[in-house]
Amino acid sequence: MSLEHIHFSKEELARYDRHIIIPGFGFEGQKKLKASKVLVVGSGGLGSPVLLYLAAAGVGTIGIVDFDVVDDSNLQRQVLFGVNEVGELKATAARNRLQSLNPHIQINIYTTQLTSKNALDIIKDYDVVADGTDNFPTRYLVNDACVMLDKPNVYASIFQFEGQASVFNFKDEQGKVGPNYRDLFPTPPPPGLVPSCAEGGVLGVLPGILGSIQALEVIKVITGVGETLSGRLFIFDALSFETRTFTISRSADNPLNGDHPTIKELIDYEQFCGMKTVEKPIKEITAKDLYNWQVTGEDFQLIDVREPHEYEIVNISAELIPLATISSNADKIARDKKVVVHCKMGGRSAKAIRELEENFGFDNLYNLKGGILGYIDEIKPELTKY
Amino acid sequence: MATVIIPTPLRKFTGNTARLNTTAANVQGVVNELAQSFPELKKQLLDEAGRIRAFVNIFVGNDDIRNLQQENTVVKEDSIVSIVPAIAGGAPEISTI
Repeated sequence: MSLEHIHFSKEELARYDRHIIIPGFGFEGQKKLKASKVLVVGSGGLGSPVLLYLAAAGVGTIGIVDFDVVDDSNLQRQVLFGVNEVGELKATAARNRLQSLNPHIQINIYTTQLTSKNALDIIKDYDVVADGTDNFPTRYLVNDACVMLDKPNVYASIFQFEGQASVFNFKDEQGKVGPNYRDLFPTPPPPGLVPSCAEGGVLGVLPGILGSIQALEVIKVITGVGETLSGRLFIFDALSFETRTFTISRSADNPLNGDHPTIKELIDYEQFCGMKTVEKPIKEITAKDLYNWQVTGEDFQLIDVREPHEYEIVNISAELIPLATISSNADKIARDKKVVVHCKMGGRSAKAIRELEENFGFDNLYNLKGGILGYIDEIKPELTKY
Repeated sequence: MATVIIPTPLRKFTGNTARLNTTAANVQGVVNELAQSFPELKKQLLDEAGRIRAFVNIFVGNDDIRNLQQENTVVKEDSIVSIVPAIAGGAPEISTI
C-alpha cells in the first residue's frame, strides 16, 4: 500500500496524537488507517462498537450495510442510537452519528439486505470486512464472498452470554491464507436446534466487548501491528468470566478453498441453512391400518408411484402411476374417498402427495409409512423384497 | 479427572452445570458419557447417525480434535475438553437475508 499521498490536517494530527505517539504504531500506522476501507456488515449490537471505534480511530473509508430501522428493543445494546433515532434507517442514523464523531472520514451506506446478488459488488471495493450480522445465512454469505474476493473477514458472534471472535481468510506476510468460517463450522445448525432456535437474547454489554475486540482486530489487520486472531478462535463466557483461545486450521474438505473446491459462486444461503426445507406435514397411514382397511372392505383407492419395473418385481395390486406422471394423471385420482399412495420406502409417495395437494387441492391423500417394504415386513413377509 | 466445559448455550441441558468431570479415555467416551447423562444434550451434539454434528467443535486443550485423532483423540487426566457450537447472534427469530 502506498502511503505517500496520505496527509493529515492540523486537526487530524491533534485528534490522532495518542495513536501517533505509540511506539511501533506511529505515523505509519495512522496513515494506513486513513488509507484503508472497511466494510461493516450490520450496524447493530456488534456493529455499534465496531463503527464507533473505527470511526474514532480514523479509518479513512467506512461502509455500512444495514437495511433495518432502529427499534426500541435495540437500544439496550446498540449504542450508536438513541431514542431520537427510533424508526430511522440504522445505516443513515449511524452515518450521522459517526460523521459527528469524526468529520475527517468518508462513510458510505448501503440500506439494503446483503444478498448473493449484491454481496460481491458491495464488498469488492473494501480492504477488510467486519461481520456483525445476527444470522447464519448472512454469516456464510459474508464468509464465502470474502474468500472469493480474497478479503480478510474479521468475525465476532454473540449469543446470550457467549461470545466468539476470529480473523478469517487472512493472508500473512508470507502469503499464506488462514482458515475461514467454513473450516470452523462446515455446516450451520439445523433450524430448531440450539443455538438457532427461536429463543435468543443477548446480554447488552456482551456485543460491546466482542465488538471492541473486533474493532481491535480490524485495526491490527490494517496496520500489521501485533498478531491477529487468524488461525485462532477466541471465546468469552460472560457468566464464568472465562476466556479461551483455541487453535484452528484450514480443512482439506473446505468447499471454497480446500483440496477439491465445489463452491465457485455464491449460493442460496437460506436453503443452505435449511430454512426452506420446512415442509407441511402430510397425512400418513401405517401398514397395519392399511391392511385393516383392506380386510374390512373399506372403500379407498391405492396408488403406487414407483416405476413399472419395480411394480413387476412386487406389487400389492395398486394402480400404477409413476411419480413423474402423477400430475398428468391427477384426474384418475379419487376425490370422494380416501386415497393411499405408496412407493418403495415412502419418499417418492410423499413428493407425489405434496404435488397433488399443492397443485390440485387434494385433501384425502395418505402416505403409506415405510412404503411397500414396510408393508412386506409387517403384513406380507412372503412377498419379494428388493 | 479430565474436565469438560459446557458452553453457555448448552447449559440448560446440563442443569446449568458449566464444568463436568470425566474419566473417559477419549473424546468419543466423553460424548457418550454426556449423551447418557443428559439425553436432551445428545440431540444437540450428535446427528441421527450418532456422529458429532458439524456445527459443534470439540477442542482438547487448545486443539481442534479434527486436527488430532477426531473422536479417538486421547483425553488425559489433566485434559480440558471444550465444546464450542456455532452461534450467530441474539435475534429472537431467524432473520433472513
